[in-house]
Amino acid sequence: MDMVAGKVKMTQQSVNSTMNPIDALERPIRLTARDVTVHYGAKQALHGISIDIPDRAVTSFIGPSGCGKSTFLRCINRMNDTIEGAKVGGTIKLDGEDIYDPQLDVVELRARIGMVFQKPNPFPKSIYENVAYGPKIHGLARSKADLDEIVVSSLRKAGLFEEVKDRLNEPGTGLSGGQQQRLCIARAIAVGPEVILMDEPCSALDPIATAIIEELIDELRENYTIVIVTHSMQQAARVSQRTAFFHLGNLIEEGVTEDIFTNPVNKQTQDYIMGRIG
Amino acid sequence: MTATVSTTHQSSLERTKLIRASLTRRNMSEKIFRGLGLAAVVLALGFVALLFIDVGRKGIPAFTQSNLHLSVTFDPELIGVEPPPVQASGQSDADFQAADLKWQRSVAMLNWNKVVEASLRTLVPAGVEISSKDLLAIAETDARHEIRERFVADPSLMGKTIEMDVLASANAANWIKGNIDRSLPDSQQQLSAPARAVIDSMVASGAISNGFAWSILTNVDSRSAPASAGLLGAFVGTLYMMLIVIVLAVPIGVASAIYLEEFAPKSRLTDFIEVNINNLAAVPSIVFGLLGAAAFINYMHLPISAPIVGGLVLTLMTLPTIIIATRGALLGVSPALRQAALGMGASKTQMVFHHVLPVTFPSILTATILGVAHALGETAPLLLIGMKAFVASVPVTPFDQATALPVQIYLWQGNENRNFFEPRTAAAIIVLLLVMICLNGVAIYLRSRLEKRA
Repeated sequence: MDMVAGKVKMTQQSVNSTMNPIDALERPIRLTARDVTVHYGAKQALHGISIDIPDRAVTSFIGPSGCGKSTFLRCINRMNDTIEGAKVGGTIKLDGEDIYDPQLDVVELRARIGMVFQKPNPFPKSIYENVAYGPKIHGLARSKADLDEIVVSSLRKAGLFEEVKDRLNEPGTGLSGGQQQRLCIARAIAVGPEVILMDEPCSALDPIATAIIEELIDELRENYTIVIVTHSMQQAARVSQRTAFFHLGNLIEEGVTEDIFTNPVNKQTQDYIMGRIG
Repeated sequence: MTATVSTTHQSSLERTKLIRASLTRRNMSEKIFRGLGLAAVVLALGFVALLFIDVGRKGIPAFTQSNLHLSVTFDPELIGVEPPPVQASGQSDADFQAADLKWQRSVAMLNWNKVVEASLRTLVPAGVEISSKDLLAIAETDARHEIRERFVADPSLMGKTIEMDVLASANAANWIKGNIDRSLPDSQQQLSAPARAVIDSMVASGAISNGFAWSILTNVDSRSAPASAGLLGAFVGTLYMMLIVIVLAVPIGVASAIYLEEFAPKSRLTDFIEVNINNLAAVPSIVFGLLGAAAFINYMHLPISAPIVGGLVLTLMTLPTIIIATRGALLGVSPALRQAALGMGASKTQMVFHHVLPVTFPSILTATILGVAHALGETAPLLLIGMKAFVASVPVTPFDQATALPVQIYLWQGNENRNFFEPRTAAAIIVLLLVMICLNGVAIYLRSRLEKRA
């Protein structure tokens, strides 16, 4: 346990050392959401969310269960489309382009905005096939050698290559939980997305696997815009530069992570951080 | 303080007692349930064993046939025909063919039973008086055709003697196998007393011996020569029907299930379709027979008694089963897999064909095989489209008249030569069960292979 604590602490230090949280404010805005509402049938799950998400930084969504943070995350790559009876209102723009534009193909959008789910969900295929799938369907690899290169580099970026290089043809479902989650990250990276959405990526993992994933997120930040939903305030504090607090379908407060945790403006945010709600 | 502790202790003791009491009750009901379950399994296995033992006991003897070894002499006195015509130079092909046909007709008009009788006579032991009718009853009636065919194929046999095996008649086989009580009086026997004596002496001398009944596998049905009745026609008919069912019902069923489950918008119409499919699965199969007779034969004028119609009817009958089972399998796929695929930017079709179908393939395959196996054993609808006709030929195409294995069983079961056809019926059931086991074997093999690959 001590070792884990040490590792986690180290991660935090590395975050602090690589980037001043204030820098995140100065990064260009990648995603803009205005007045986003979601209805599941008659029930309203989100009440007018407006937020700007900066380029190449980690933005975390925190809040108690059922507060709408995952629902909002799923709006960003239109995964809510797949839910029967879900209706999304308002606008979300990626680089100024409305992602709910009927002209826009959702397949293209999801190639640009990748997603990592709460429970590791590798395909029941080989490790290689898992990573190669995205580039294959999107026609990103011109040859077998191309594809091999994408697979290897994606696995490397996800920090998994050394562990699996001798068993690329074994099923991805045979890996440990943490490895499976990194495989899912590699799978998302392989398509070359601009934004990666992560829906509580560590909630099904043990502390060691969690620490590894957090480190990975920190590395990925240099090349990708990352939005992460998390249950753990510590995790939000460790990995993100900006934090948004959701409660009962509303965005209560949003800002630089350090400010949110040390100097929250809103009473509800304060209560949540102090552990009085949630 | 101590008082509270002791009361807590007291109440916890009380609780333990209550839990123990309920435990005995629970353990008891668990034991009863397990016992009942085990009894049910044993009972079911018992019935299966009973079926197999009964069918095996009755049917396995039918897989031996009694062969009659004859020395057939092509006696010119009995076969009074001229030598076959030879095409003379200058004779036209048409003229030669006409002459040849005339010769063949004269050969066919001969009473070949005389040749059969003559060769049987050589085996009659001294001192036995037997009429030619009684003597001919020993050999199957088609023996004369076999001898004639030999001669037509090789007319130079005239005057020569050859060794030939023909089938003993069904009645003779009954007598040899003991299917008929030997102590019955003459009036109740199927064969006359001298014929029985001749058969016994033939068995003793080795002129009659038992061998594997290839006839049951290589011959078509026969009524005039029951001993040579076989299953080949029915088997080929069944094979054609199964091919039609697999080719039509599987793709149509799986495709409709995929569309309904994955793509169709949920509406009143799709609900209505779903209810109707479920109802169709419960429609008695004989109704499908009526439908087939009305739609395919009366309206579309497809041939009566043909495997094409049988296959179509069985396809209609199997479709709901396959659709329901496939939908069930698709419904069972975890949403995580679907989300993973969609999240990667796979289109819905790609999600279904790359991820959902491979996972569900084993269950779809199992359901399909069950549906096809069900169709394989189906009899009732086939009776209504004329497939219970007596057909003594092997169908060349699915449009030819044929019957099917289960219908053949039904026909043999009703044959009046009871003590010969009862074992034959059981033998036909064994063949049907073997076909079914082979089908299931293929399914299990495919399933295990696919599961290994996944």
